[in-house]
Amino acid sequence: MNQAGVVIVGSGQGGYQVAASLRDDGYQGPVVLVGEEPGLPYQRPPLSKGFLAGKTPVEELALRPESFYPGRDIALLSSQRVMHIDRATRRVALAGGRELPYGHLVLATGTRPRLLLVPGAELDNVVPLRSCADAQAIHARLQTARHVVVIGAGFIGLEVAVVARAMGCEVHVIEFADRALKRAVSKEVGGFLVEAQAQRGVVFSFSTGVASLAGDGGKVAAVLTYTGRTIPADLVVIGVGVEPNIELARGAGLAVDDGIVVNAQLLTSDPAISAIGDCARFPADYSPVPVRLESVQNAVDQARCVSARLAGKSAPDTRYDKLPWFWSDQGEYRLQIAGVSAADDDAVVRGDMSQGKFSVLRFRGERLTAVESINSAADHMAARKLLAEGTSVSRSQAADVSQKLAALARPS
Amino acid sequence: MPQITYVQPDGERRSIPVAPGATVMLTAVANNVPGIVAECGGAAMCATCHVYVDEQSQALLPPVSEVENEMLESAASGRRENSRLGCQIAMPDGVEEIVVHIPSTQN
Repeated sequence: MNQAGVVIVGSGQGGYQVAASLRDDGYQGPVVLVGEEPGLPYQRPPLSKGFLAGKTPVEELALRPESFYPGRDIALLSSQRVMHIDRATRRVALAGGRELPYGHLVLATGTRPRLLLVPGAELDNVVPLRSCADAQAIHARLQTARHVVVIGAGFIGLEVAVVARAMGCEVHVIEFADRALKRAVSKEVGGFLVEAQAQRGVVFSFSTGVASLAGDGGKVAAVLTYTGRTIPADLVVIGVGVEPNIELARGAGLAVDDGIVVNAQLLTSDPAISAIGDCARFPADYSPVPVRLESVQNAVDQARCVSARLAGKSAPDTRYDKLPWFWSDQGEYRLQIAGVSAADDDAVVRGDMSQGKFSVLRFRGERLTAVESINSAADHMAARKLLAEGTSVSRSQAADVSQKLAALARPS
Repeated sequence: MPQITYVQPDGERRSIPVAPGATVMLTAVANNVPGIVAECGGAAMCATCHVYVDEQSQALLPPVSEVENEMLESAASGRRENSRLGCQIAMPDGVEEIVVHIPSTQN
């Protein structure tokens, strides 16, 4: 295996981390990192935050400088698309015809924005946000846009709305569900963030679908809703979620199910191929069904898990069992989430929501499932520890601000 | 030119010239200094750019913010009185050198 080495498909946060960790872990064989996008592997979180606002220069997006890759003997192949996996001969074929042999293959193919399938979606100034190029295009248009419509009140949609409003645009967020961030957080936290933006002048329409987009000279001019409204728009940002890039895996006959299916060791149905990050669906003890998570933490920790296995640093049967955590920056509010809740988990508020510094602890029965913190980093960091070690927390302890959450954790 | 000096857990020192305003985290990442993970990219969300600031450098830096203070509480290598997040400390104007010690682990 060492001779053919490790080939990593996808040079986002997860793919980069596999390559970097393999060297940290002492792996000696060849490491090839193949990515479709031009340039160096970069961070995506700032694309909807500081970078979109023009506060983060593009050089600061790079995960590591160019010299890092040759310095660690990592072959970085950017602007290269993998077309095909030949499992029998253990080779991948690139778009230009070049073939790369692998001893082990890691799929870190990520996701792509879900398309808006309505008439007019092809008009100019109707844009998704996934890549650096997308963010640069939106930033340029925000300089002159007056009426921005954001479709989808998820993390991307809310973060874009904050930036667009701060840049002086009229902003209208349209969401099909009855509230914001419905998949991710309690109605308390979702409602708090919406209220904060509404106070700054962002308009929200919930339980509203988009029927079509109207154009003027090839450019978008308005959004028409199911409910019969016409909302003027000279820029429409689509934030209606993502789809995992599973086509390569499916084409190779690997098991897929809204994600590339992996086992507890993050191996696909072929033991010579792992999958990690946004594109991987894996078993997790906090969920009755396998999950797929879209986050930096998930990509990085799964990359480390696979690297340790390939470098022989961990036992081959080591399970991936890291606690998920997430973050979002929305103006003066920092949202940090530890754990994964279900939509109908109960919510216990800790602290004073009116002060803009509080946490919401989610419970399923008597079991703590997740903690959502607004401007409460101490609660968040304590929650990561409590959830990771499985320490039980009662509802009365959850609400008792006289005692730090950290005090409930086992002494380390 | 002002510089940031990084001291690895094994005592190895490396000094990197910087312009005022450069952060300890970004400078380390841009120059391949090991031991600064910076998982969140500088948003003070992950506490994996934790450093121990040398005694003489401490007074040169602005105070710890509330967010930084709360994140440091859970730093993997244990908080000390000279703990800072590398993403939150920038080279101040008129300072010639700051020295930071990199902890043995960040996660």
